[in-house]
Amino acid sequence: MEKSTDSATLSAIKEAEKTGIKTVWDRYAAQIPQCGFGETGLCCRNCMQGPCRIDPFGEGPQMGVCGANADIMVARGISRAVAAGTASHGGHAKHMAHTLFKSAIGEAPDYPIRDEAKLKAVANRIGVKVDNRDVRAIAIDVAKKALEEFSEKESPLTWAATTMTKGRIDTFLKYNVVPTGIDSVVAESMHRTTYGVDADPVNLLLGAVKCALADYAGCHIATDIADILFGTPHPTLTRANLGVLNKDAVNIAVHGHNPLLSDIVVQVAGEKDMIDRAKTAGASEGINIVGVCCTGNEVMMRHKIPLATSSVSQETVILTGALDAMVVDYQCIMPALSNIAECYHTKMITTMPIAKIPKAVHIEFSEANAKESARRIISTAIEAFKKRDPNKINIPDISSAAFAGFSTEAIIGALSLVNKEDSLKPLIDNIVAGNIYGVCLFAGCNTVKVTQDANYTAMIKELVKNNVLILATGCASGAFARHGFMTPEATEKYAGNGLKAVLKAVGQAAGLGGPLPLVLHMGSCVDNSRAVDVTVAVANKLGVDLNMLPVVASAPEPVTEKAVAIGTWAVASGLPTHLGVVPPVLGSKTVTQVLTSTVKELFGGYFIVEPDPVKAAEALLSVIAERRRGLGLSA
Amino acid sequence: MKQIFVRPERCMGCKSCEIGCAVQHSKDKTLYSAVLQSPAPMKRLFVEAGENIRMPIICRHCEDAPCLNACISGCLYRDEKGFVRRRKERCIGCWTCIMVCPFGVITRDREKHIAVKCDRCHKLEVPACVNACPTHALVMVDVDEMSKEKRHMVILTESKAISHQ
Ligand code: SF4
Ligand code: SF4
Ligand code: SF4
Repeated sequence: MEKSTDSATLSAIKEAEKTGIKTVWDRYAAQIPQCGFGETGLCCRNCMQGPCRIDPFGEGPQMGVCGANADIMVARGISRAVAAGTASHGGHAKHMAHTLFKSAIGEAPDYPIRDEAKLKAVANRIGVKVDNRDVRAIAIDVAKKALEEFSEKESPLTWAATTMTKGRIDTFLKYNVVPTGIDSVVAESMHRTTYGVDADPVNLLLGAVKCALADYAGCHIATDIADILFGTPHPTLTRANLGVLNKDAVNIAVHGHNPLLSDIVVQVAGEKDMIDRAKTAGASEGINIVGVCCTGNEVMMRHKIPLATSSVSQETVILTGALDAMVVDYQCIMPALSNIAECYHTKMITTMPIAKIPKAVHIEFSEANAKESARRIISTAIEAFKKRDPNKINIPDISSAAFAGFSTEAIIGALSLVNKEDSLKPLIDNIVAGNIYGVCLFAGCNTVKVTQDANYTAMIKELVKNNVLILATGCASGAFARHGFMTPEATEKYAGNGLKAVLKAVGQAAGLGGPLPLVLHMGSCVDNSRAVDVTVAVANKLGVDLNMLPVVASAPEPVTEKAVAIGTWAVASGLPTHLGVVPPVLGSKTVTQVLTSTVKELFGGYFIVEPDPVKAAEALLSVIAERRRGLGLSA
Repeated sequence: MKQIFVRPERCMGCKSCEIGCAVQHSKDKTLYSAVLQSPAPMKRLFVEAGENIRMPIICRHCEDAPCLNACISGCLYRDEKGFVRRRKERCIGCWTCIMVCPFGVITRDREKHIAVKCDRCHKLEVPACVNACPTHALVMVDVDEMSKEKRHMVILTESKAISHQ
C-alpha cells in the first residue's frame, strides 16, 4: 500500500527514509500483524479476571470469565469509545466555558469578547436575557449556563435541545437517550460498561447514543464560545501544505485543538517586538505560524494562518528541518513528535497540565497569563531558530490555495446576497430542482491504514460529478485543502453542471468574482456543529425532520474515539454515515446488524462501512436518491 | 528441511496464529470476511497453556507419521514437499488418525464429517501462523541447522563454565 497521495508528505517520507528516522508508517509496519481480537472488538480488559477473548470461529470460548459474550464485549467497547470521545470534546468545551466566564468577570484580560453579535445570538437561543444588559452580564450568564451543562441537571442539555429539530427531540425522548449532563453521561457510560452492569447489547448501544448526543452538545458549546471569544469565521484565502513553511522565518507550528492557545500565539506573533527579535536572530521574514490538525483549522479560518499538514502526517512538519517549535495543546498529538524533534533543532513545547510529553519543554498556559506564556513560547522558538542546521532543511515546494471559514453565518450571509428576504430559499430551490442533488459532510481524520487522502479525493470526485454539495471539517478539510479542492478552480474542473451553476451564482453574488470553492470549509471537528445548524435550518424551513433530508456524512479515513462519538451522533441525527475503515465491531453479528441497519428504524441514520471509496460514493449517492424520492423530488 | 518450530518462552497466548490459520483456510482469506463466513473456517493449530507456559501445538509433519500409517482409506498422503496432507474426498470419518496422533492436532469438521489437519499452507512461502505471530514464537527453522546451533550453544556454556572455575 502507498503511504500517501500527497506529494509533500511523500517527499518528507523520503527524507525520513534517507536519514533513518522512523515515522508513523514504520511504526505501523512494525505492528503488523495487529491482533485479530482487537480488530473485531472481541477482547475485554474491563476487569482483572480478564483479559478475556472470544473465539470468532466458534471453537474456543464464547464468553468471558464473567459470562460476557461477543455482543456485550463489542457493545461495551464502542460505548467506551464514545465516552472517551465525549470526554475529549467536553473537556475542550469546558475549557472554553471557564475562559468565557473568567473573561466576563475580568480575570482573563487576554480573552476579550470579540463577537458581541454571536454572544447575543447564543444568549437568545439558550434563553439568557439580552435586552438592555451589559455584554459582560450576558457573557457571565452564557458561561454559567454552559458550565451547568457538564454536571447532571434535571433537564436536557440546553445546547442539544435548542439546536435540533422538534422531530429529533421527540425521537430522542421516545428512545430515552436525552442526556442531562455532559460529564455525567460520560461517567454513566463508564459505570454501565464496568464489570457486571449493563449486559444488554441494544441497551448499551442506546447508552452510547445518549452519550454521543452529549458529545454533540459539547461540540456546539466549543464552536459557540470560540466564535464569541475570537470572532465568527468568514471566508478567507490562504494556503495549505508543507510548502507554507518559510526558510527565512521563525517557523512555529500550532498543533492540537483549542483556539485558546493557538489564537493567542498568532496574536502575539504579530507583536512588533517579537518580529524584531526574530529578525535580529537572523530570520529576515520574521515569524511564520503554521497550523496542524484542528487548531490549525481554527486559526486558518480566523487569521489566514496557512495549514502545514493534517493528522497522520504531523511528523512531516518537523522533517522539513525548518520547524523551530511545535506547540501543542491536546488531542491527536503523537507522542512520537518529541522523538523526532530530538533529531532536529526543533523545540517541542507542551502547554496543558493534562498533556505533557517526555523530552518536551513544558510552558504552562493559563487564562490569566495567556499572552505572557505565548511570548515565552515564541522566544523559545526564536532561540531554537539560531540552532537550525542548514544542511537538514528540506521544505517541499508544494502547497495549494484554499478558501477557509464557511461558518453557518457566512453561508447564510452569502445566500442572503442572492435572496435578501429569504436567505435559505436559493439553497432549498436548488435542492428541489436537483441542481444540488444532495449534501455530504466530510469529517474525521487521516489514518495510517489508508493511503493518505486516497479515499477523500476519490469520493469527492464521484460525488461532485453528481452535483452533491460538499461540506468539510477537521482533517477532512485539511485533505481537501492540501489537494486544491477548496478553490474556485476545483469547482470549474470537477463540479457537475447543476452544482457548478449554483456555486457560480452564489460566488458572484458574494463578490468573489468566481464560483464558491468546491468544498465549503466549515472548521474544526467541533465545528461539525455548524453543519448541523445549516441542516437543521433547512429542515425547519421545509417542515421536515433531518432523517428525511438528502444529507449524508462520511468519515472515509477515521482514527479517533472522537470520530466514533461524532459518527454516532450523526447517525442519531438521522444522517446515513459512511466509514472508510472497519470499526472494531464485526466480532458481534448483533452489534454489526444494529449499527448498519436496525438503527435506521429508530433514528433514520445508520452506518455504511465501505473501505472502497468509489463503492462508498455510489452507496451515498443511492442513499441520497432514496431520500429524494421520499421527499417526492427527482432522483 | 525447514520445519515450523515453537519458542514457547516468546508466546503471548494471543492466539493470533490461530486466527491467521483460520483466515488462511477461509474462503476469501481476509479476517473480516472470515468472521462472517458460515460455517466458520477452522484453525489447524491450538494455543494451549499450562502452569508457567503457553504455546501453540502444531502438526509436526512427522517423517514416520502415525496418522499416515494408520489411515486406512488412503486419505492422508505425503506430498512432493514432504507435507502430510488430505485427499478430502477419501476421508470416511473413522477418526483413527485422531486416535494415533501424539500431539492431538487432528480435529473433526462437524459439518463435513471429515478430518481436518495442518497442510503447512503448502501454497505459501511462509505459513499463515508463522506470519501472524507478533512475537516470533513461531519460526521457520532448518532442522539440521538447528541441531548444529544447539551443539554450539552446548560448547559455549561448557567453555564459560570452565573459564569460571
Ligand atoms: S469483565 Fe468479564 S469479559 Fe471482561 S475481562 Fe472481566 S471477566 Fe473477562
Ligand atoms: S501468535 Fe504467537 S504469541 Fe500469539 S499465541 Fe500464537 S504463538 Fe503465541
Ligand atoms: S498429524 Fe500428528 S501423527 Fe500425523 S504427521 Fe502430524 S503430528 Fe504426526
